[in-house]
This record gives sequence, C-alpha cells and structure tokens, in this order.
Amino acid sequence: MINKLVKSDAEAVSDIFDGATVMIGGFGEAGSPIELIHRLIDRGAKDLTVVSNNTGSGNVGLAALIENRQVRKMICSFPRTAGSVVFPELYRAGEIELELVPQGTLAERIRAGGAGIPAFFTPSSVNTPLADGKETRDFNGQTYVMEYGIRADFSLVKCHTADRYGNLTYHRTARNFGPIMCTAAETTIVQAKHIVEPGAIDPEVVVTPGIFVNRVVHIADPAHESILVANQERYPS
Amino acid sequence: MGWSRIEMAQKAAQDIPDGSYVNLGIGIPELVADHVPAGIEVIYHTENGLLGMGPVPDEANRDIELINAGKKYVTAIPGACYFHHADSFTMIRGGHLDISVLGALQVSKNGDLANWSTGKPGAIPAVGGAMDLVAGVKNVWVITDHVSKDGQMKLVNNCAFPLTGKGIVDRVYSNLAIIEISDEGLKVRELAPGVSFDYLQEQSEPKLIQ
Repeated sequence: MINKLVKSDAEAVSDIFDGATVMIGGFGEAGSPIELIHRLIDRGAKDLTVVSNNTGSGNVGLAALIENRQVRKMICSFPRTAGSVVFPELYRAGEIELELVPQGTLAERIRAGGAGIPAFFTPSSVNTPLADGKETRDFNGQTYVMEYGIRADFSLVKCHTADRYGNLTYHRTARNFGPIMCTAAETTIVQAKHIVEPGAIDPEVVVTPGIFVNRVVHIADPAHESILVANQERYPS
Repeated sequence: MGWSRIEMAQKAAQDIPDGSYVNLGIGIPELVADHVPAGIEVIYHTENGLLGMGPVPDEANRDIELINAGKKYVTAIPGACYFHHADSFTMIRGGHLDISVLGALQVSKNGDLANWSTGKPGAIPAVGGAMDLVAGVKNVWVITDHVSKDGQMKLVNNCAFPLTGKGIVDRVYSNLAIIEISDEGLKVRELAPGVSFDYLQEQSEPKLIQ
C-alpha cells in the first residue's frame, strides 16, 4: 500500500540534515509552507542552501529560518521584498551568501533539475553582470548563456488538496514554484490544507502527479505570514 | 508642462492593440491597466502564475493567495487561468507575450535598459523577472520620468548602471515625449504639451531625431 501521509509536520522534516539543499515554495507569502519552515527551525539543521524566490518578511517563516542562522546561502531572484529585514542585514554584514538568478532562469533551473536536464541555454541575463563568467554560445546569430539545472535534497511545498498518493492541487497564485520544486528534490515534503481519498481529485485537474511527492502532512489551518508580521510575531517566540 | 504619471500610462494604454497579452511591471506601468480604451480587450499576465489578472479587490474580497508580481492583492477575470512558474516563464521567454511595460533607471541610445540595480555598495541586488521579460517579450516599452528625481538624465548614450538587457527597448513613454528606438536611432513620435524639441534634446544625452 502506498501512503505518503505522515502524522505530524515535525515528523515530516525530521531527517533534514546539516548542509542540505532545500527548495522552499512560495512567491512572497503565497504558497510559503510556513508550518514546515517552523518545524525546520525547531529541528535546527544548519548550513543549509535554500532555493526560494524571496527571503521572507518580518521575523517568521523563511525570514526566521535565516535569522536563526540556519542558512549559509540563498539562491533567489528577489531577496528584498517589502518587509524583508533579516536577509538584507545579514547580507550587508557579509554573513550570508547570495546567488542572484533571474526569476525565469530560477524556474527553468528547477524544472531542468527535476527533468534530469543538467544544463540549458537561455538569452536571459546575456550582456548583464549576472552572466559574468558563465559559458555562452551562439545559436542562429543570438547569444545564449548556459545555466545549470538545480536539484535539492528536500523540497518544502504548500498545496491546497492532496491524497495519500501525493497527487496535489493548489490555490490560485500560491501554486507558483510548488509544482516544479516537487519534481526537483530527493525528498519532497508537502503541507496540504485538505486531505481527500484517492479518486476525489479529478485526474484531469491534478497539478502535481503523486510520483513527485514523498510525504504529505495535513495542516488544516495554516498561518498567514502577513498577519504574523502585522502582529510583530517572531518564531521562535 | 509635460505629462503626469497617469497621462503617461494613458499614452501607453492607447497604443496597446486589441487582443494583446501584456505584462505590466511594478510602479507606473501598473497604472496602464486602468486606462485601456473601451472596446479593447487586453489580457494581463502576472509572472507569479496568472493570465487574466483583474482589478484590485475591495478589502472584503482579498485573498492572500491571489496577488500580483508586486505582491499586491488582485482579482482574476472570468476566463483567467493559473499556472506554475515554469509555464509562466515559458510564456515570457518563449515569445508568447506581446508587450512588456517596465520602469527604468536608464535607457541608452541603442535600447539598452538598466532597471534592477544602482550597483551602489550596500544595495541588495534583486532582479525578479525583468531580465526574462526583456529577453523574451516581443515589444518592450518603458514608462519613466525623463530625468531622475536628483536631476540626472535617464536617456543616455551608455547606461552606467548594470544592464537588464542590451538593445531591447522599443519605445519610451516619458513625461516629456514618446520616443521610438530603432536601428535609425531615437525618433520623437510625440512631444508632451508645452515641451519643445530643443528642450527635450537638452534633457537627453543622445541625439534625437525630430
């Protein structure tokens, strides 16, 4: 029997190890798996390389993981969101590394990683500082830069509905990086607002096929990052 | 003298052909959606996974999981669709979008754009989707004040700030004029009320074509 449901969010992240590469879904707070991130803070794994579009806001979620000094390096496209205070401070102090990647290149690197494609060529960032030192090649008279696929040890993703096979659907623009991150990790860990019986999700509307998912934990009432930030909450409190 | 921010957005909105798929950047470009003439159907793309972005909702209809690239609350029109980031940037990088409207720090005479970093020490570099948009979208339009707040020319011979892309800007809507950029050079298509060609030239480093 296949059953990817795990009992708790703590159990779901219990093997994330020091030095791991961890993809974390979300675009701003939409799709950010805040409960899984907080359990990763509880676990305390450090020297992490985190792949995520932003760096979180306030002192909760991804920002709190960074503030807790568990992240050695961020790979992201936009590290200064409104309300983002933790990362800029550490970056200016030289205490965290940044690999800045154009957002489409970031998405494609994750997609490629998940699809077993080691590298690809793209016109994005050609003639800019973000292409410095990278291999380029001309195709049909245009210059392209080579970018590598990314694979992770773990992906942490938030979805809307899941079944025990790991089939997933998402809610509106919270989908963002979730589906591609699910494909690109050795172990994909998902928090779902709703758990349903196999067959309850119409096969025509499954967004992430269950084969890409390893663990699903039921988080019925996920916290809203913007509300925690507005209330000036911190994690750990 | 010159156009207001809203008038700049109106000018760009009037140039969008019926049936276009359009990505609007953060800032003045966001205003373009409010000024598309009646009878013209435009589909707005937001890079975080929505085609068919609608207006800002009232407070009662906000959803923290329905936002735009600027992380502001938006709505989805009937007929909208959601998709993941690789599909979203397939639309951008695969040449499927018709128009990208962006802000600028500097635009050069050959259409280079700098809009993501001043390169100053201590600045946190952040690029988002700008480099993908200029590399992949068919028409790249810039809306910007002609001169920066501290009096520096933004239309320059060569960008001093780090580039977003090289030779990719097709048209500039500034508060002083609409300027087309092509192999022939920088051609002034329309001057704002009260702006003379000579004044516009004084505010621009490259030689303009009348």
